Amino acid sequence: MGKAIIKVSALRKIYHVGEMTVHALRGVDLEIKQGDFAAIMGASGSGKSTMLNILGCLDLPTNGEYLLDGVNMAKLNKNQLAGLRNNKLGFIFQSYNLLPRTTALENVELPLFYNSKVGAKERKERAIHALEQVGLADRMDHMPNQLSGGQQQRVAIARSLVNDPVVILADEATGNLDTRTSYEIMELFQRLNDNGKTIVFVTHESDIARFMKRNIVFRDGRIQKELSVTDRFNASELIEALSPEDEYES
Amino acid sequence: MNYKNLTKIATTALKRNKFRAFLTMLGIIIGVGSVIAMLSIGQASKKSIREEMADMGTNMIMVMPGQQRRGGVMMGNSDAKSLTLKDVEAIKKEAKYITDISPQVSTSGQAVNGNNNWPTSVYGANAAYLDIRKYEIEDGRVFTEKEIKSLAKVCVVGQTVIENIFSDGKDPIGQTIRFAGIPLKVIGVLKEKGQNGMGMDQDDLIIAPYTSVQRRMLAISHIQSIYASAVSEEQSDAAIEEVETILRRQHQLKEGADDDFDVRLQAEMVQMVSSVSDMLSLLLGSIAGISLLVGGIGIMNIMFVSVTERTKEIGLRMSVGGRGIDILMQFLFEAVLLSILGGIIGILFGVAISYIATYFLNMPFVVMTQAIALSFLVCSFIGIFFGWYPARKASGLNPIDALRHE
Repeated sequence: MGKAIIKVSALRKIYHVGEMTVHALRGVDLEIKQGDFAAIMGASGSGKSTMLNILGCLDLPTNGEYLLDGVNMAKLNKNQLAGLRNNKLGFIFQSYNLLPRTTALENVELPLFYNSKVGAKERKERAIHALEQVGLADRMDHMPNQLSGGQQQRVAIARSLVNDPVVILADEATGNLDTRTSYEIMELFQRLNDNGKTIVFVTHESDIARFMKRNIVFRDGRIQKELSVTDRFNASELIEALSPEDEYES
Repeated sequence: MNYKNLTKIATTALKRNKFRAFLTMLGIIIGVGSVIAMLSIGQASKKSIREEMADMGTNMIMVMPGQQRRGGVMMGNSDAKSLTLKDVEAIKKEAKYITDISPQVSTSGQAVNGNNNWPTSVYGANAAYLDIRKYEIEDGRVFTEKEIKSLAKVCVVGQTVIENIFSDGKDPIGQTIRFAGIPLKVIGVLKEKGQNGMGMDQDDLIIAPYTSVQRRMLAISHIQSIYASAVSEEQSDAAIEEVETILRRQHQLKEGADDDFDVRLQAEMVQMVSSVSDMLSLLLGSIAGISLLVGGIGIMNIMFVSVTERTKEIGLRMSVGGRGIDILMQFLFEAVLLSILGGIIGILFGVAISYIATYFLNMPFVVMTQAIALSFLVCSFIGIFFGWYPARKASGLNPIDALRHE
């Protein structure tokens, strides 16, 4: 394992909703190393979404320290956080969040528009390269409504790859997909991880978590337990094992 | 974010919703279009009035008898007898800023030729009168100095009179017109001039030697008015002053006494008429301006709807690294693009309308470059002004909430 990409210590997050005080995170210590493929699991209300927001630099912790690729988050202002999201993070969402009536290529280009160092030509080249990585080079002129759910999620993955992030954060990335397509998406994730990408994947499905290397389970704002996955699923094998009937359905 | 990226982002966002973008622009298109059309049509009508007035001679000076006071009683103008031929002679001899001068006496009545008659006016003047009032001879000649001295019964006739009393198409030259019982021989025909700026027919007249009208028809010794032309329009103020000085001396008016005559400049009437048309176009222009404002509010409305509708997009843009200022600039830019594009279409629209209108109203077509430049500026301002608030709202969104927005 390489250096630590994410290093979190004694992280707390307190929300004030009206007169109520919600302790979303009650002291979390976590380290994600380069090349990791970690699942963050837990029931709703366990704090995993809050954790993801903080890891994704969308939210700041109330207490505690968060180092992303050696940068201390607590010292950054809003614009610097945005810059960090642009340079170091890739987001994947459950509902894909592609821009409607915009081609796959333009959707993938989006993060690079906010990077003033990247010119128009390089932007397009990098977007095409990212689409090639997810196997959609032939669909780059398609609009999201002309693509299947799995294809849309692949476009979203390409978008998260295009700025070459240090870590990809996926939030229930297979939540809207059927079994077979989920496996295909997991196959893509496994391949990206094999090529060295660090991935943090939030899910509440334990069978999806078995595609990953580590499973971190949250409960009541704390890490309840952490498991190393021993009998890890291999997505390619599972797809082959699916019955032809399933194939027909998809 | 650089300017090029910003433009690309904003244009792509607008292209995604072409029809809505068009509807949003419609308010601006109509607003700018009507402002441009109203101002240009107003300008065109002013120009056409000016041109018509210039036909009547903008350097023309009229001297009318003025108010007189006799033993404390104010007398009317109509029967004042303050102007005489001696005044004309004095001005002719002394004034440096006057080129042509003519006395005028006039009377109205029926002009008769054979079985035809027509109500018209006879103006008694000298030959210079035609130059002063910008009339030209189409056929025949104008009366001579000798004919004036001899009270000759000759006349020069306008087209309207000819049409009405020489209806059989005979050559009017050499014919006789009876006016107030006096036979006048037609020696010249005037070129057609058409209506003047106030809708008066300038061809409905007969011009005869002033001596003939003064003695034979009116039997008076004074004259009713003096017409003169200044060297140029610019010199007309100096000319008026000169005429006033000469007349005051001629009339032996003491210092401090009121003038018993009234000197007027044709250009003053031009100014009066054009100030009326200025006011009208200002009025119409401001009504059109209100519709421009309504168009701006339309943009703000749609931008608000757009911010709400695209909350998720805003969240996404923020999550991939868009800063608040980037989002603000995007929405502001969209609003400005909409209003400027609407402004350009509106300008074309307004120019087209004013072209068509002036074509059908027979007025000169004027392209108002200042109005176009101004509406362009106003449009950019409207875009920034009405786009600012929605853009602020968009940039202030919390990315987490925005992403979760359904």
